Amino acid sequence: MIHKADWKRKIFILCNTLFLTLVTLISIFPIVHLLAVSLSSNVAANAGVVKMIPVGFTLEAYKFLMEKSDFLIAFGISLKRVALGTTINMVMVILTAYPLSKEKSAFKARTFYVWFFAFTMFFGGGLVPAYIVIQRTGLMNTLWALVIPGALNVWNMVMLLNFFRGIPKELEEAAIVDGANHFTILWKIYLPVSKPALATILLFTIVGHWNAWFDGMIYMNSPASYPLQTYLYTLVTQNFNKKLLTMDDIERLKNVSEKTLQIAQIFLGALPIMLVYPFLQKYFIKGIVVGSVKE
Amino acid sequence: MENVVAKNEQINKELLQRERKNKARRNRLALELPLHIMLIPGIIVTLIYAYGPMFGIIMAFQKFNPSLGFTGSKWVGLKNFRFIFHLPDFSQAFKNSLYISLLKIIVGLMVPLILSLLINEVSKNWFKKFVQTSIFIPYFLSWAVLGGIIFEIFSLKGPVNLMLGRIGIEPIYFLGDNKWFPFILVTTDVWKSMGYNMVVFLAAITNINPSLYEAAAVDGANRWKQTFHITLPGMMPIIILICTLSIGSILNAGFEQVLMLYSPPVFRSGDIIDTLVYRLGLIDGQLSPAAAVGLFKSLISLTLVSISYYLAYKVSDYRIF
Repeated sequence: MIHKADWKRKIFILCNTLFLTLVTLISIFPIVHLLAVSLSSNVAANAGVVKMIPVGFTLEAYKFLMEKSDFLIAFGISLKRVALGTTINMVMVILTAYPLSKEKSAFKARTFYVWFFAFTMFFGGGLVPAYIVIQRTGLMNTLWALVIPGALNVWNMVMLLNFFRGIPKELEEAAIVDGANHFTILWKIYLPVSKPALATILLFTIVGHWNAWFDGMIYMNSPASYPLQTYLYTLVTQNFNKKLLTMDDIERLKNVSEKTLQIAQIFLGALPIMLVYPFLQKYFIKGIVVGSVKE
Repeated sequence: MENVVAKNEQINKELLQRERKNKARRNRLALELPLHIMLIPGIIVTLIYAYGPMFGIIMAFQKFNPSLGFTGSKWVGLKNFRFIFHLPDFSQAFKNSLYISLLKIIVGLMVPLILSLLINEVSKNWFKKFVQTSIFIPYFLSWAVLGGIIFEIFSLKGPVNLMLGRIGIEPIYFLGDNKWFPFILVTTDVWKSMGYNMVVFLAAITNINPSLYEAAAVDGANRWKQTFHITLPGMMPIIILICTLSIGSILNAGFEQVLMLYSPPVFRSGDIIDTLVYRLGLIDGQLSPAAAVGLFKSLISLTLVSISYYLAYKVSDYRIF
């Protein structure tokens, strides 16, 4: 009997491993496929024979992109947006979460402020009024339109607030006796012990800014000031806009297919995230669990 | 004589107390003032960019003219609402939103649930980690990038049709066919987001008391029975919580995804409320009717969110802060 059960278990483990390998493949296939196509010769790419390994290996597409100014400009705008936006978001989230993490006895107005911020999570004016407000406040066609309206992410703020509340009060009380003010307490006590929560929020903020494309599309008037993901959106949906090419481009394009070029750009659009993700992964899984299964 | 001394003492005491109270109040103000100051930037941004648009909703009751602004535009009462309720696109988009997001909620719950149970059966730690890391990758890609990938994979000459061709099925134009389009939306959305709920479920599994399994094993329950009688019941609270909370987002069928993937031939099956608002307002310039559609959606969502949070609080004592 025991032998039979053992045998059944082994078959299950084998099937399970195979199935999970398949799921893993489905998850990473698209990104590997992109890389493979972008490194293939244009003939192979257009024939659709490339799967996960490049056929007729060439770096032509990437060489072409390194000199393609509109792609590089969009890439630069995205980097600027991530740097500026992430800095603002982190400062705002920390500054707001700290006072709201205080007990009502230590901060009388807390309840009012919490409702003031929380209400915006459940109700909003909608796309059109938001658009009008951004227009009226003069942010149109500037990088500020992409970073200021979302400067305070209330979800992240609530997550950090909950993390702050778990910090033992004794640390803080001792500091108050020594005459430390709130800014010192925040900087010297709260932030150093909140690294996992901060890393999670940092990752989500970077990813959010890098991946956002819709706001760039509606708040930027000219394609020349699009961030990379908005640029990719137009590239993908308009299936390669020939008007963006100069005569010089067309001359050099002879060696590269439009397809490998397009795929290479999409791949580069995903690459920075792929590079940051492994480093912050161990924190953010913890962060998700803390944020969603709060007990 | 003694009486007077006692009275004096009493007065002194009261004075001292009052002074202490005043000092405490001043102290409290000094202690709390920095907290108020810290909140100022957040309050300003929230007032302008979150409460500002809420005030801007009044344009749904106006014939809004951008050059006249919120105060100068003509009031038209409920005319915009009558207009949108008679719009065939509106009821279609409303139905599509409900249908697509309901499917996404159900499939998006089942798939990570099954995956987390299967991953839990893996004994090798490195394999567990590897699978978990890989499944999370699509979650971090934007719909602009994923759109490019999806167009490529589901195109007539793409890998999916290539495989279908091998078993003798004619190429299907997945993204241009009303029969298939909602199916593609649900599949790709679940594919992108399954890593997230999977992590939550795996955490719930590790929280289950191991002694329960030991007791069950002693009673002769096999793995299959243990899964059904211990693991699944142990995960029930979090499953119920996720279900309840998703009620609130039932009109969010995935704006960026649909905007990326849809095209006029599949408007019939793929147009959702958010994309309708975008086309109506920012493409066609019908600002006030678009704001009316947006308000309609916001009000339903607010009601549903309130109900779902109330239920989540009652059922699993869930509070966001």
